[in-house]
Amino acid sequence: MQKSWRRRFHLPAVIGTIPMILVAVGVFVIGIGFSVLWSFTSSKLFPAYDFVGLAQYRRLWADSRWLVSVNNIWFFGLMSITCNMVFGYLLAVFMDQRIRQEDLFRSIFLYPFAMSLIVTGLVWQWVLDPNLGLQAALRNLGWSSFSFAPLVDAETAIYALVVAGIWQGSGVTMAILLAGLRGVDEDIWKAAKVDGIPTWRTHLSIVAPMMKGAFATAFVLQCVSVVRVYDLVIAMTGGGPGIATSMPAVYVIQLITVRQNVGQGMAAATMMLLPVLIVLAFGGILLWRRNRGAVA
Amino acid sequence: MTAGQITATQPVPEAPEQAAQPFGPKPRRISPGRIGLYVFLVVAALFFLIPVYIMIVTSLKGMPEIRLGHLFNLPGEPTFQPWVDAWLHACTGRDCNGLSPGFYNSVKITLPSVVISIICASINGYALTFWPYKGANLLFGLLVFGAFVPYQVVIYPLIIGLSSVGLFASLPGIIIVHTIFGMPILTLLFRNFYAAIPVELFKAARVDGAGFWRIFFYIMLPMSVPITVVAVILQVTGIWNDFLFGVVFAGRPNWPMTVQLNNIVNTTTGVREYNVNMAATILTAAVPLIIYFVSGRWFVRGIAAGAVKG
Repeated sequence: MQKSWRRRFHLPAVIGTIPMILVAVGVFVIGIGFSVLWSFTSSKLFPAYDFVGLAQYRRLWADSRWLVSVNNIWFFGLMSITCNMVFGYLLAVFMDQRIRQEDLFRSIFLYPFAMSLIVTGLVWQWVLDPNLGLQAALRNLGWSSFSFAPLVDAETAIYALVVAGIWQGSGVTMAILLAGLRGVDEDIWKAAKVDGIPTWRTHLSIVAPMMKGAFATAFVLQCVSVVRVYDLVIAMTGGGPGIATSMPAVYVIQLITVRQNVGQGMAAATMMLLPVLIVLAFGGILLWRRNRGAVA
Repeated sequence: MTAGQITATQPVPEAPEQAAQPFGPKPRRISPGRIGLYVFLVVAALFFLIPVYIMIVTSLKGMPEIRLGHLFNLPGEPTFQPWVDAWLHACTGRDCNGLSPGFYNSVKITLPSVVISIICASINGYALTFWPYKGANLLFGLLVFGAFVPYQVVIYPLIIGLSSVGLFASLPGIIIVHTIFGMPILTLLFRNFYAAIPVELFKAARVDGAGFWRIFFYIMLPMSVPITVVAVILQVTGIWNDFLFGVVFAGRPNWPMTVQLNNIVNTTTGVREYNVNMAATILTAAVPLIIYFVSGRWFVRGIAAGAVKG
């Protein structure tokens, strides 16, 4: 029945989805195509079409600012995703123990996510400000040798970004994983208890594997936000001290706007796209094989 | 794909029948484990709350009191002057009009962006579910791909495209940009919602002779209230909190609140007025926070929906 409708070509449906066609093709295909194209040119402020091969990529990988950015995104990504998942999972498990005031705790853990990353960045900039924040407060309480100023030191500034990232994002991980925990059948807990399996063992070996979906969701969400991290860096450190907390997202915007070097900026943007493409292709193949397996 | 769907496909170990109720009522004593549990939760809650406590307390103090350095003390002489200054007089460069222009700009950007993006996405979702034409699923795939793409890859082509039609650095320009970047996730949201509606409903309307738009307006739209609420929450908070698109595409006269806030705080020369800066920060966070606390569980649902990509 539905097949015959499906086959037909309905003009109103096409007209209604014109915005989608424009966005999908115009922005996500043609737009990205042009970005990649310009990465092979020597475009400065405006696009140019004099092709220079891989020269922009060679210059990019010789730029210490870019190398620092790439290092930073790996470090920041690994640290913040790991901490977020562990902390979020612990919070979810503890929240699942029939505690009192669950809604209150949930609201507290989740509210930073409602705020702009600019706000998060500024908040933590102040908490870690040596003249105003924790260092000043603890010195005032009599601990005069106390020294804690991570944002001033190029070595430690990135840890401060990680802490701010955890503050902002672990509530979401908690919410997603808690939903996953609640989706696990009550009987499994009873069965494990009867078999005398310790609770932590039940969590790790039985329940956690059953929540793969929730873990995957939280993980993907984290990855997307890590690749896009821009506002937080701008508000908290501005990429400094020096170039110590520069990130690829910050680097690209700087090349386009401040340094007016579009060719190299697009080369950097293409490098950002590459891992995303690889992961998506990998995920796509996995999905396709699973679907095919389900049919066969 | 939700966690529920995945776990449902897992083999479920069978509980032994005789072990239905072996332990009797749950003991209600206070055990050390219970205390540890609450200690952990309270410490975690403090980690989340202290920064905002500091902000609120400091924003109510005068500068002399802040210089004393008693970060955690309640204000000795509470004053609302920093809040007034933040709203009306705080300076970005040479302009000293406070945050209020940014607030109105954010309203002007957010309202049309939310309405337009939701209209587009609901039509997309409806057409994809009930009227898929040849290539429609490929388009949808491209759109979902767009949800994962780093913004930096698309920003420069958009700048060039928008300036070629004279919309770069303008209010319509930033609204278009928010509509574009909201479309992938919202379309997914609406498509999943419509896919759960029984197709018989649609067929019945078709048999009665209703067309594309009539079915949409008279049948689908009235049923879409819950998903629209989720979409509104997602979009309002997302667009209000946006910084990158605002600073690139809105143009100086239309800079949203987040951009103004960052300029006020991070470009000050001379004495840093921490109390004014913190009041400005709280004001900027106020709108999404109010939405968060009013919408409660809807907000969580929005996140979960937003997180469910594919």
